[in-house]
Parts: sequence; structure tokens; C-alpha cells
Amino acid sequence: MLYLPDHSFRKARVTNDLAIILVEPDRDKANQIVDSLAEAGFERIQVITEPSSLKRQIQAMNPDIVLIDMANPSRDMLEEMAVASQPMDRAVAVFVDRSDDALTSAAIEAGVSAYVVDGLRPDRVKPVLDAAIARFNVFQRMRTELAETKRALEERKVIDRAKGLIMKAKGIDEDAAYSLLRKAAMNQGKRLADVAEALVESAGLLS
Amino acid sequence: MNLHKLNVGFIPLVDAAPLIAASEMGFAEEEGVSLTLSRSPSWSTLRDKLCAGHLDAAHMLAPVPVAGALGMGGVSTPLHALSVLSVNGNIIGVSRSIGERMRAAGHDFAFNDATKAGRALIDAIEDTLRIGVPFPFSMHAELVYYWLTALGLDAPQNISVQTVPPPMMPDALKAGDIDAFCVGEPWGSSSVEAGVADLLLPCSAIWAFAPEKVLAARADWADENQEIAHRLIRALWRASRWLSDPSSRGLATELLSREAYLDLAPEIIECALFGRFTISARGDMRRSPGFVDFFTGAAGFPWRSQAEWIGRQLAARMGLDRDAAAKAAQATFRSDVYRTALAQVAYDLPSASAKVEGSLTEPLAAGSVGGRLILPRDAFFDGRIFEPTPD
Repeated sequence: MLYLPDHSFRKARVTNDLAIILVEPDRDKANQIVDSLAEAGFERIQVITEPSSLKRQIQAMNPDIVLIDMANPSRDMLEEMAVASQPMDRAVAVFVDRSDDALTSAAIEAGVSAYVVDGLRPDRVKPVLDAAIARFNVFQRMRTELAETKRALEERKVIDRAKGLIMKAKGIDEDAAYSLLRKAAMNQGKRLADVAEALVESAGLLS
Repeated sequence: MNLHKLNVGFIPLVDAAPLIAASEMGFAEEEGVSLTLSRSPSWSTLRDKLCAGHLDAAHMLAPVPVAGALGMGGVSTPLHALSVLSVNGNIIGVSRSIGERMRAAGHDFAFNDATKAGRALIDAIEDTLRIGVPFPFSMHAELVYYWLTALGLDAPQNISVQTVPPPMMPDALKAGDIDAFCVGEPWGSSSVEAGVADLLLPCSAIWAFAPEKVLAARADWADENQEIAHRLIRALWRASRWLSDPSSRGLATELLSREAYLDLAPEIIECALFGRFTISARGDMRRSPGFVDFFTGAAGFPWRSQAEWIGRQLAARMGLDRDAAAKAAQATFRSDVYRTALAQVAYDLPSASAKVEGSLTEPLAAGSVGGRLILPRDAFFDGRIFEPTPD
């Protein structure tokens, strides 16, 4: 039997009073994340785009939760907030909910990390993370698609160069060169682009 | 042969060299493993991916597994150090204005005297020294605290150790947010290149044989995959032996500079490997032989006493029970796993798992399996000696 997850909380527009900070230098991305959080009922969101004196900015805003892209190189600056150096500091603990490995894993998969004020109940954090994870997953997908497109373009270039080399060496036309290359790939059980790349690289040795 | 695939994370630093060499020079394949190396944007992200099982092993700051055992540092599952990837390799630099002040007061920037350099630095600041380190749980932080408190500066009143990601160090210095920094190479040399810093001291002048980065894995992964862990340790041992050969330095520099790894000019990277530094915008040069070490004197051996030193330092600063911390810390450095892994290949493994730290002012022959182990100088700058708790 298949149990379907309950998505009803997404429809219920409960206004939530958690104060959230989002650290995101890209304004466009930040706006999309803020929109996603607002849809999930979170309205008190502030965005920090400037990484300098990150800790001071965050302390001044006194948030419950800080969200940051795991790919953001400034992230380590938030780590020291988990080490309360002065008794008056409001301790910010790294969000590691040991009772919910799946949520932590989903957050890492999506590439978002959350820092949560010590003592905040996991069930209050979960909806924030769920909304952030959903949005970050979209970013991740877009990144993958972009990388795929780029790779396809580069492979196309290498294949064209390999074709050119074969045409010149054998004095044959483009179609014949292409079918020769494809045959070689099939015989070797390799991808066309890999065979083309090997050819272009070894040709570099001869030139 | 069927290669066992391992996902290993690293931070783009010179001391990631053993992992990069193991992968690029065939040492991993020789042991039947294939490494997929992934570069991480931060230590916290690397730690999280390792803890969550997205990586099998990682290049890690030596204090991180120890902090985890003490319930700190955001380590969500116990991490163990299977080997020491590098010894020493950090460098301290000051802003150019502080450097000018120190020069005007007569400091010679001799690059080898931690007492003189530390006093000159303390004299050049007003009341609180603000010093940037890459991560709160790092040898950078530990060595800075050890050095400055030994010279009489009070922590936390007069020392503000702040986390600044190394690529942002130049801007933080320029903006006056910090007075000084302690970083791993190439970030010291690149700050000089950027014209914002003077290099003051290699950290080996503070502690001559400090464990710097370790190969970290989840404790349960290491227990469930012992044979694979052994192969990985041996591959890294072979890579480190290769790196220790002076004739490998040129190629190692070229490998590290590649886009997939450090993606920086070889001229910046080679400073650390050759131990030759340009310490100021005026072009002053200093030598620091063995600035970073991957192999000499069983450098890869994870001494339990090294972990205990880190554990006691952390416990003292954070107000934890020191004896309990010492015990928990020791268990994170797996000298047992390392010894088993290398029993067949390395003839000079230490026969003990802990040693007195800081007692050697000269290299000394030590008890080892093959009787040929020479332990290098490991003195602290202030002559203190650290006696580990007996087992």
C-alpha cells in the first residue's frame, strides 16, 4: 500500500510569526525563495545580500531561523554563532534534527542549510525547511539543465573537430566521417563524444 | 580489476595534495579504489555532506572530529580521523598598516621566532587583537589561542578570533574588520600578491609538528568498510611518499593548479610546496623548509596524543570537563586502523599510539616496528611539554 504525504499545510495560509533571515547574494533567487516562504505562510523574512560583517547583521536582526545556500562560500561565518562566546549571546545552534534524518538529507540534497535558534521546536522548523527545500530543488534542477546544455554544446564541438580530422586524414566527406566515428564508438562500446575526444587529444600529440 | 568507487570531498587548499595525487597519479587505482573528488565551498558544507553520507570520506580540519566527540561543531554523527593528511602548513599574516607599525618599532620579520613575532604584534595593537581564521574548530584557531595566551594576552578579553572564509580574508583586512589572519596556503601568499598583507610567521614556528588536516570518515562507515578504508589509507600513504620526493614538487604544483582543484596560478601554489615565500609587497623573501609535510617521520600516523591535545585545548576554552574531553578526543584518532592498514607496506610505523608532544627539539629515533623511525622535531615555541593521559 502506498501512503501519500499530507500536503494540506501548504494550502492553509496560517500566518506564522517566525523571524527568518535569508542569506542570498542573488536578488532574483532571493525573491523567489521569499515568495515560496510567503506562500507557506511566513511573512517575517529579511534578506541579507552582502556577506561582509554577516554575523553582526544577523545578530542585529535577532532571527529565529537563518537560511543559506550550501554552495555559499560565506557559510562558515555562520558556524561561529553556534559557539556562544559570550553569555549574553543568543545561542544559534546548527539545525541538526537527529530525529528526522530524511529532512536533513533532503535539505542537503536540495543544497540549503538552516541555522536555528536553540530551543525552537522541530515541528515549527519543518514547514520553513519544506518550503525552502521545494524552492531550492527547482534551482538545482535549473542548474543541472544548464550544465547539461553546456555539456551537449561542448560535445558537439569536439565531435565536429573529430569529424574534421577524419575528413582531412581520409579525404572523405562529412557524412562518411561521422558514420566512421559512430561505428568506432559502437565497436568500442563507448559514447560517441568520448571517442571523438580521444581522437582529438591524440591528434594533438601528432601535430 | 574492478575498482571500488569512493566519493571524497576536499577544500581547495595546498594540503589537499595527497588526495589529488592519489587520484591523479594512480596510487588509488594501485589499491583498487577509484576516487571521485568533489570540491566543497566551505568546511561546514563538507562536514554536513560527510555526516549525511553523501561522501565516504573527506579532507578535514583535525579538530572537527574531536569537536564532534565533545558535542560541538555541528557534527551530527561521530567522525573519526583515519590518517593525518598533513602536518603544519598554516601561515600568519598581518594587515599592511600593522606590518608598517611593527617595522617602525624595529621588528625584523625573521619568520622563525614566534616569541619575538608575537610580542611585536601585541605591541602594535591597541587593546583587542582581531584575527581571522577559516573555521571555529581548526588548528588555525587552536594555534593562535595557544600562541597569544602563552605570550600573556588574555582570551577572550583581548583576543577576538573571527571566522572569515580565506578568499574573503583580503577584503576583511582592507576593510579593517581584522588586524591579522591565520590561513592555510595558498591564501597567505595570495593576500601578499593582492597587496593587502605582510606574512609574519609559519605556524610551524608555534608548534613544530602540528597535525593539520585529517582524512575523516563516519565512525560507522569506517567500521563497516574496514578493508576499503585500509586501501584508501594505503593509497594516501603512497601519494604522500610521492609528494615528499623533491622531484615531484613541480608536477604536484601543476596538478593542484588545475581548474578542477585549486584553479590558481602555479606561482602561488608552489610557495608552500617549496617553502619559499614572498612576505611583503616590497618583495622580501623568506624560506621555511618543510613548511607543510605529508610524509616525514610517520606524518600520516594519527597519534592519539595529538587528538588529546586538541581535546584539552577545546575543553579548557569552552569550560568542559577536561579529563572526559581528553578521553573522548583520543578515541577519534584511529591509530589502530592506520597501523593495520599499513602493516604490510610501511616498515617504520610507531609501536606506540600516543607520545609526549613537544619534547623533541631535535629529531630522535623512536620505537617502531622496523626500528628505523626517526621522529622529527615537535617542540612548542614556549618549551611546554604535553604529557598524554596513560591508557
